[in-house]
Amino acid sequence: MPTTAPAFADATASDSALRRFLFGLPGVDAVGLEARAASLGTRSIKTTAKAYAIDLAISMIDLTTLEGADTPGKVRALAAKAVNPDPTDRTTPRTAAVCVYPDMASTAAAAVAGSGVKVASVATAFPAGRAALDVKLADVRDAVAAGADEIDMVIDRGAFLSGRFLKVYEEILAVKAECGPARLKVIFETGELSTYDNIRRASWIGMLAGADFIKTSTGKVATNATPANTLLMLEAVRDFRAATGVQIGVKPAGGIRTTKDAVKFLVLVNETAGEDWLDPHWFRFGASSLLNDLLMQRQKLSTGRYSGPDYVTVD
Amino acid sequence: MASAFEYAPAPESRSVVDIAPSYGLFIDGEFTEAADGKVFKTVSPSSEEVLSEVAQAGTADVDRAVKAARKAFEKWSALPGSERAKYLFRIARIIQERSRELAVLETLDNGKPIKETRDADLPLVAAHFFYYAGWADKLDHAGYGANPRPLGVAGQVIPWNFPLLMLAWKIAPALATGNTVVLKPAETTPLSALFFADICRQAGLPKGVVNILTGYGDAGEALVTHPDVNKVAFTGSTAVGKAIARSVAGTDKKVTLELGGKGANIVFDDAPIDQAVEGIVTGIFFNQGQVCCAGSRLLVQESVQDEVLDALKRRLSTLRLGDPLDKNTDIGAINSAEQLARITSLVETGEAEGAERWSAPCELPSSGYWFAPTLFTNVTQAHTVARDEIFGPVLSVLSFRTPDEAVAKANNSQYGLSAGIWTEKGSRILAVANKLRAGVVWANTFNKFDPTSPFGGYKESGFGREGGRHGLEAYLDVR
Repeated sequence: MPTTAPAFADATASDSALRRFLFGLPGVDAVGLEARAASLGTRSIKTTAKAYAIDLAISMIDLTTLEGADTPGKVRALAAKAVNPDPTDRTTPRTAAVCVYPDMASTAAAAVAGSGVKVASVATAFPAGRAALDVKLADVRDAVAAGADEIDMVIDRGAFLSGRFLKVYEEILAVKAECGPARLKVIFETGELSTYDNIRRASWIGMLAGADFIKTSTGKVATNATPANTLLMLEAVRDFRAATGVQIGVKPAGGIRTTKDAVKFLVLVNETAGEDWLDPHWFRFGASSLLNDLLMQRQKLSTGRYSGPDYVTVD
Repeated sequence: MASAFEYAPAPESRSVVDIAPSYGLFIDGEFTEAADGKVFKTVSPSSEEVLSEVAQAGTADVDRAVKAARKAFEKWSALPGSERAKYLFRIARIIQERSRELAVLETLDNGKPIKETRDADLPLVAAHFFYYAGWADKLDHAGYGANPRPLGVAGQVIPWNFPLLMLAWKIAPALATGNTVVLKPAETTPLSALFFADICRQAGLPKGVVNILTGYGDAGEALVTHPDVNKVAFTGSTAVGKAIARSVAGTDKKVTLELGGKGANIVFDDAPIDQAVEGIVTGIFFNQGQVCCAGSRLLVQESVQDEVLDALKRRLSTLRLGDPLDKNTDIGAINSAEQLARITSLVETGEAEGAERWSAPCELPSSGYWFAPTLFTNVTQAHTVARDEIFGPVLSVLSFRTPDEAVAKANNSQYGLSAGIWTEKGSRILAVANKLRAGVVWANTFNKFDPTSPFGGYKESGFGREGGRHGLEAYLDVR
């Protein structure tokens, strides 16, 4: 079972130790954080840099469908798109993964088999996370057994907001233990944590508990990924690697719909965590509609013409 | 797959600005040659390319401009405030409409990045005119009694670090209060003031209300010592400021001086560290550190010194130095060869005195005037780099142990213009700010400007306030 990085073993020794550790982290000045994110948002990414960023962004997408109305047919269509995003241009990279509910994981796994596209499955009573631990763990086991390469769990925000940080930590540990070879993404639902200080603390709980990725949000609440909360999480993984040598990925999810948005996030990665994170293994976009905008912009760059939504596939 | 994300060049187009091969002085609403026909060249500091040739004002030109301003004063000061406001609002709107052109022009002539002229200088210039336009018909309510009177002709001398913004700080309150103006921009950055002259004509401003004299220090001296000037406003070096103060002694001229600084940026151990690092960068590397209120002394609490310095060096390594017109450039050129020589010499002094130098690893262009972002550690209060204003991208790092020590060190300076306080503890912000002898104290931010906020110094940083309601006083007869 993976354990806390040795450098911080004491931090998780008890509830009070963890609280002391988390409250000892530097505070976050909201105005300054948002100003920095906005300032990086003014970077002008053109021509070759834009082409690089578009392909990189496509390769980092967890192409997602998380609807009550999902069917095997819908999931297969999504998987086909992930494997071959632009049928008119085979040089287009495939996406990193498809992201589905656990009961669709086997369908997705079959559909992407051999393509290199991973199957990510949300679990732990996504999106609210309001279920008993046993139920959450069973959810994870099912998803892994069905072929999920990656598990996207949600933290217990109720526990976090009531100050029971060790409970949040231990739940992540337990989920991680069920993951086996699957990589674990820990979703904080930043919109519910509400403050940047909380997002920083949640990031450290996740990293200490052995998350492979820290992820902003479910896409199911009003505020999801923003440049500022993603910048903050990139600072967290940067600092964690500096302290422990362990690299952890970041996944903003929800609300990133345009190429322009995606490029801004890649600039944040480049100038905060650094180029080591400019890789689908370490950075992902949780998105559904983003892919088509990237494809349209990619076509425009290669052909000089903007063809419009009829020239990319719906899924 | 990891590979470098290289930003392709993204230059702002130069074609949006049309720079004439030569410019005259702007006197009484007309562009005219200098009386003695002298001219000088203005170059782009990033390339040393000659941008234009401008007239060099002499004593006779100063006299002519002051006469024009005097003549215009009678009618201008008699206009109802609401009428003066119309002109100022018009000027503000034209500045907004022409802001892209002016931003490119300013970047070419000054060397600062287009990111700054576009996102800081120009919006603030327009905001300043809008703000004082709003005061023009409300002077009765400014706290100086009913119907406060203007002073007359204002002689204004401005520096090269924010050419158009300093012009706005000087001209907007002067005109709003009913004064007329003779303004001399710095010799290395004359162009935006000349474009502003054109904007005055575009706005239909009556002749002689604003006069622009390009030239050197001798013209500035002739202007501030001119017997028919009623008000002297100067922003620039402390040495020149002292000379001006001496020259007006014994006259009834009213003076405001905005001089040097050696701002302390104080980082406590309970600071939001990541944002403090950004604030340190903004404090000293904004406009290549050529800012009178720059946070050029970092006072960092010993318990977080290593953490802050590591983060700062990492951050400085990401700064992009180069073509100021490139939208992704963070650090532009130093304004002149002379300023570069001064920075270089002070940095050499710092090294000779035993301070430890670290410069960001960046390649400097082969032509133009450039200096890599630099910081000094192992600095004490006794070092020259901790006392003298460098006016360049050079940060001196000092440490402290207690809040009292931080305050004592921050105040231990001949200057007193700006300071910054970084802490998450609100009570500490208030307690420390009350003890700092600095005109501007920022809390958890730095180099934030707003026309509503007064700005000015203590001690050798000058006297008088610009901006806000306080800024009106400098141009009203309220003695």
